[in-house]
Amino acid sequence: MRGAADKEVEVGQEGKEVMSCGRMEEKIMGYVDGRLKEGERLEMEKHLGTCAACQLRVNEFRAVNVLLDELPMIEPSAAFDVRVRARVAAEPAKQSWWAWFAPSARVAFAASMLVLAMVWIGSRTPETALNASEVEKINQNLPVLENFDVLSNFAPLTDLPQPVQADEGNSTNQNQQM
Amino acid sequence: MARSDVQLMLDVKAGDEQSFALLLHRYRSPLVNFLYRMVRNREQAEDLAQEVFLRVYRAREDYVPSAKFTTWLFRIATNLALNSVRDNRYQRMEISLDAPVTTDAEDGDEKTMDVAEKHPNIEQHLVEETQRKMIRRAIEKLPEKQRAAVLLHKYQELDYGEISKILGCSESALKSLLFRAYEMLRVELAPLVASGKQM
Repeated sequence: MRGAADKEVEVGQEGKEVMSCGRMEEKIMGYVDGRLKEGERLEMEKHLGTCAACQLRVNEFRAVNVLLDELPMIEPSAAFDVRVRARVAAEPAKQSWWAWFAPSARVAFAASMLVLAMVWIGSRTPETALNASEVEKINQNLPVLENFDVLSNFAPLTDLPQPVQADEGNSTNQNQQM
Repeated sequence: MARSDVQLMLDVKAGDEQSFALLLHRYRSPLVNFLYRMVRNREQAEDLAQEVFLRVYRAREDYVPSAKFTTWLFRIATNLALNSVRDNRYQRMEISLDAPVTTDAEDGDEKTMDVAEKHPNIEQHLVEETQRKMIRRAIEKLPEKQRAAVLLHKYQELDYGEISKILGCSESALKSLLFRAYEMLRVELAPLVASGKQM
């Protein structure tokens, strides 16, 4: 079988191309376990009809296949499922990247309380609101206030000598002497 | 009608824990057996199978059904098994050659108790047990990748396309791998093959 492995295709007695022993290597497993396509299977059988070495190999591979069936299956232990479930249960809950943005219950509660408080404050009539007469009074005083601003910042007035302040202590004494 | 593996996995992704339990029930035995035949130690095989299921669960959020579920599942299992076999080999190399030889744990795992009860013909039972031991040893002698290929092909009945994706090789390379594995098994099991090749 190995001796003829170099050639992919050989020429048979009738001058027709037949499968070589080399190509058998690739097909033999499929033939043994029945996974070849119909065309490949027929080609294989044609070769086996003319090659005793390959026919022997097929029989031996089939025998190996049958022997492998004799190995018994083992049953996983009773603790196996329990262990898998325990390990899976111990896995931390996976959070996706956007979960970072999702508010926790506590933060959501605090935010909603803040909004409610703002709405409540905004809806209240301010107790310090001025009535119309008070506003009018302020408006009347505005020119006076404006004049005060002008006078207080009037530069020539700063050049004037500062008024002499009476000594309160001396004047008191003088009054007492009088 | 039973839900497909992919559908179950998509349900797990959506948060259905019950679907994960169904996948566990469906694949616990095939996975443990595959891993047991790879590493030849029951306890280790169960630990690795647990790890496989845990990795599947951890990857649920990112699961995209681009391939068959079994391809993904057994790729995880095969990678873990190959790493484990390699680690064990290095550990064995570190053990002193003077260490006493012990019987393999594998032989006790597949229970042979109640022999007289199950097998009235004890001689026949011993022959079968010897035969099974030979088969186990022959599989164990295969190089890891060939072993994985044979186990996935023979016992999991996965198609060539799936197995080649699991092992990360071409279909052509896989067929060659299987051919070489069967050649080696044929030689190792020659006495048994000779008596049974007319089957």
